[in-house]
Amino acid sequence: MATVGTTKAESDRGLVVIGNGMAGCRAVEELLEREQGRYQVTIFGAEPHVNYNRIMLSPVLAGEKTFDEIVINDRAWYADNGIELIASDPVDAIDREAKTVTARSGRTVAYDKLLIATGSDPFIIPVPGKDLPGVITFRDMADVDHMLGAAEKGGNAVVIGGGLLGLEAAHGLTLRGMKVTVLHLPGTLMERQLDEAAGWLLKSALEARGQTILTKADTAEIVGEHHVEGVRLKDGTLIPASLVVMAVGIRPSVKLARDAGLEVGRGIKVDDHMVTSDPDVLAVGECVEHDGLVYGLVAPLWEMCRALADGLVERHSGYKGSVTSTKLKVAGLDVFSAGDFLGGDGAEDIVLRDASRGIYKRVVVKDDRVVGAVLYGDTSDGGWYFDLLKKGEDISPIRDMLIFGQAYASGGGQGDPSSAVAALSDDAEICGCNGVSKARVVQSIVGGAVSLDAVRSTCKASASCGSCTNLVEHLLSLTLGADYGGARTTKTLCKCTSFGHGDVRREIVAQGMRSIPEVMQKLHWSTPDGCSGCRPALNYYLLCALPGDYKDDQQSRFVNERMHANIQKDGTYSVVPRMWGGLTTPKELRAIADVVEKFNAPMVKVTGGQRLDIFGIKGEDLPAVWADLNAAGMVSGHAYGKSLRTVKTCVGTDWCRFGTQDSTGLGVKTEQMTWGSWMPHKFKIAVSGCPRNCAEATIKDFGVICVDSGYELHVGGNGGIKVRVTDLLCKVATEEEAMHYCAAFTQLYREEAHYLERTAPWIERIGLEYVKSRVVEDGEGRDALAARFLFSQRFTQDDPWAKRVAGEDAQFHQPLMMAAAE
Amino acid sequence: MTNWTDVGCVADIPVQGARNLQFGGQPVAVFRTVDDRIFALVDRCPHKAGPLSQGIVHGHTVSCPLHNWRIALVSGEAQGDDKGCTPVVPMRLDGDRILLGAPAALADAA
Repeated sequence: MATVGTTKAESDRGLVVIGNGMAGCRAVEELLEREQGRYQVTIFGAEPHVNYNRIMLSPVLAGEKTFDEIVINDRAWYADNGIELIASDPVDAIDREAKTVTARSGRTVAYDKLLIATGSDPFIIPVPGKDLPGVITFRDMADVDHMLGAAEKGGNAVVIGGGLLGLEAAHGLTLRGMKVTVLHLPGTLMERQLDEAAGWLLKSALEARGQTILTKADTAEIVGEHHVEGVRLKDGTLIPASLVVMAVGIRPSVKLARDAGLEVGRGIKVDDHMVTSDPDVLAVGECVEHDGLVYGLVAPLWEMCRALADGLVERHSGYKGSVTSTKLKVAGLDVFSAGDFLGGDGAEDIVLRDASRGIYKRVVVKDDRVVGAVLYGDTSDGGWYFDLLKKGEDISPIRDMLIFGQAYASGGGQGDPSSAVAALSDDAEICGCNGVSKARVVQSIVGGAVSLDAVRSTCKASASCGSCTNLVEHLLSLTLGADYGGARTTKTLCKCTSFGHGDVRREIVAQGMRSIPEVMQKLHWSTPDGCSGCRPALNYYLLCALPGDYKDDQQSRFVNERMHANIQKDGTYSVVPRMWGGLTTPKELRAIADVVEKFNAPMVKVTGGQRLDIFGIKGEDLPAVWADLNAAGMVSGHAYGKSLRTVKTCVGTDWCRFGTQDSTGLGVKTEQMTWGSWMPHKFKIAVSGCPRNCAEATIKDFGVICVDSGYELHVGGNGGIKVRVTDLLCKVATEEEAMHYCAAFTQLYREEAHYLERTAPWIERIGLEYVKSRVVEDGEGRDALAARFLFSQRFTQDDPWAKRVAGEDAQFHQPLMMAAAE
Repeated sequence: MTNWTDVGCVADIPVQGARNLQFGGQPVAVFRTVDDRIFALVDRCPHKAGPLSQGIVHGHTVSCPLHNWRIALVSGEAQGDDKGCTPVVPMRLDGDRILLGAPAALADAA
């Protein structure tokens, strides 16, 4: 087999990494951070994916995240750093003589330094039936896919193993609708992390959610002929199941290293610099044994990767082993443990139980030092106990208050939350997902990352699950003091993001974002596809920012806009055709009357905006109704949309003895200019022919009052729940000016208001003076605003009804058809 | 044994959307989520019977178009502080065909 790879020829420092998981990639990241280009890096991965966060498989199973959201490094990262990723091709052999590795495909690559990061393998208990189809582990994305597929069929699942992984699998499968039984051999769930009391609380909480938890349950065999059908316990109990998940533990994956003749104990033996018994072969992560210990948690892994990368650039720091703590959310329940929580000789327990609140805390103290802690239900002080434990601090002065937590112990519980963060040691872990310490976050803030988003992109803290966002914000304000402008006093857009409306709108424009998924990805949305709050807002913001280019997302519109009609309480719709300026003709009236009869509409009503509303139309009849109205020359009145609704008018000079201008004509022209425009909220205009104000222009979003000398322009009125009379914007002399100002004002509102914020609260928030400064005082700015409005109107002034009549999005109106009965 | 009825294929349902139909004497909504999973519920919000098929589908939930109650697609249960449950319609996939089952259970829900 030829030796593939130019690595040897081009660079005398080829680093080959076996394992594309969290440890292997993290080690490479640490190395790149210290020195770029020192090694030509090749990474072998057994899975077909890029580097993803294995810890986050549980949220994927539970439907809280998608795979894309748990990717740590995307393909661009490999490309940007000149790393060759060989995916779906596990390494089969290492030849230490020739200094090459050979993968399953036969591909052979030479190395100068080799890094083994093979992680661990799930342990399969050797019972009969363990190889039946339907028996799986919970270790990688393929396992998650398998579980999702099984859950789709429903039925019973058995999870063997009541440790963290097993409980996460059980939680996910329960959420997916399966009936789940957890089998656990010891008497306490998560016995390695929890004592009996906390384990019991956890068990009752899970049982309350419908899971069956059997402890001291010893599996005898897995039964089934061609596929798993159930699990039989040693006491004879048979539990039916179409899916069995084995989550009883993991073992360091050492076969490759052992075959290569490296020294192996429980794991691959490494020294303080993560070097194995061969000086050119390193190993890191769950596959190693350091100082007699193997680790199955993420925090030690980060520490190992730092020591390893230091070693590779000859700046030896050395790994000293890890004291571990576990802070977990098991099935949404908070659990924390650290150190030796079982106590033993000379150890004293301090325990707090609050069963009604579901809180249990136990701190184990020996010689006035904290040696262990178990927290259940409220884990906010976990970091503090862990810090006391690692530092070995004398706790005798605060012993009385120790169990009540840091805030209480350090000053009566009135403490400012920032002081708790300030008190954390530099190496305290802030972001568990990405292994970022307090010192590292502070370092990136000092280095110029002065906003949450900048911190997220420079050191990745808070960029994965987001549960540490508060901590990062406290660090920002502690580090920057008064210079920290980003304290989020503004409300976030919704629960899916920590950004406010204004931030999101700015970032969309600044970063040139073009789709809802792109915004969610770049701004670290915490949900797979947002919610009914943010999706319509993002759809509008993109539509407003990219007129003509953005492809509208119908699934992110409220039903009224998706159906181009108003949904009513019985699920039928009402339809309002446009009547320009409130004018109509016999032909239009006849068409409306015909539609009402033909479709048995139970009611027709004149709306507050001088239009006719036809009620009681079925969703599937809408296209036919619109076709008939279109045939009479009528188009959609957008009475359903966050858009320009109507321009209400009075009769003006043509008929009225008080009328000063042609208010009807101006109303028609204004409606023809503004119709079809999407807005942050509904938008109403009126033109009154004289100060008697018959069109009620002073409670509209934009109102015109015609006077002898010209036109008074009014803004920010609202006739809704909270009535607000308009503010006078300015007075202009001509119809053209009135329309020009209307376009400019409308565009300012479209570009700057929050979604679902009408003009009245918007103006109260930003101030009338600001609106005047943009629309009245700044002539060039006004022209530019008006021009942008008219530009965007070129793309929206086509009748959505006509498109539907022509067959667009027909599925919104047709029920699903049943195939002929079998 | 459950009788399964073929009501269409996955591609008939818009991603992040739903289609409705009459099935077993009930209005039924068939949903397709962002990660391409299919769910079926009786098309009536437990609150005021809003047509869930017309709501916004996000994650594995749908928000009712009438009063924005959020309903879990897996269990039919109202989320957050709201209480109530919409019957789940048994559903399985045969390749990309969507099969609905157990009209008897639906009749009970009427």
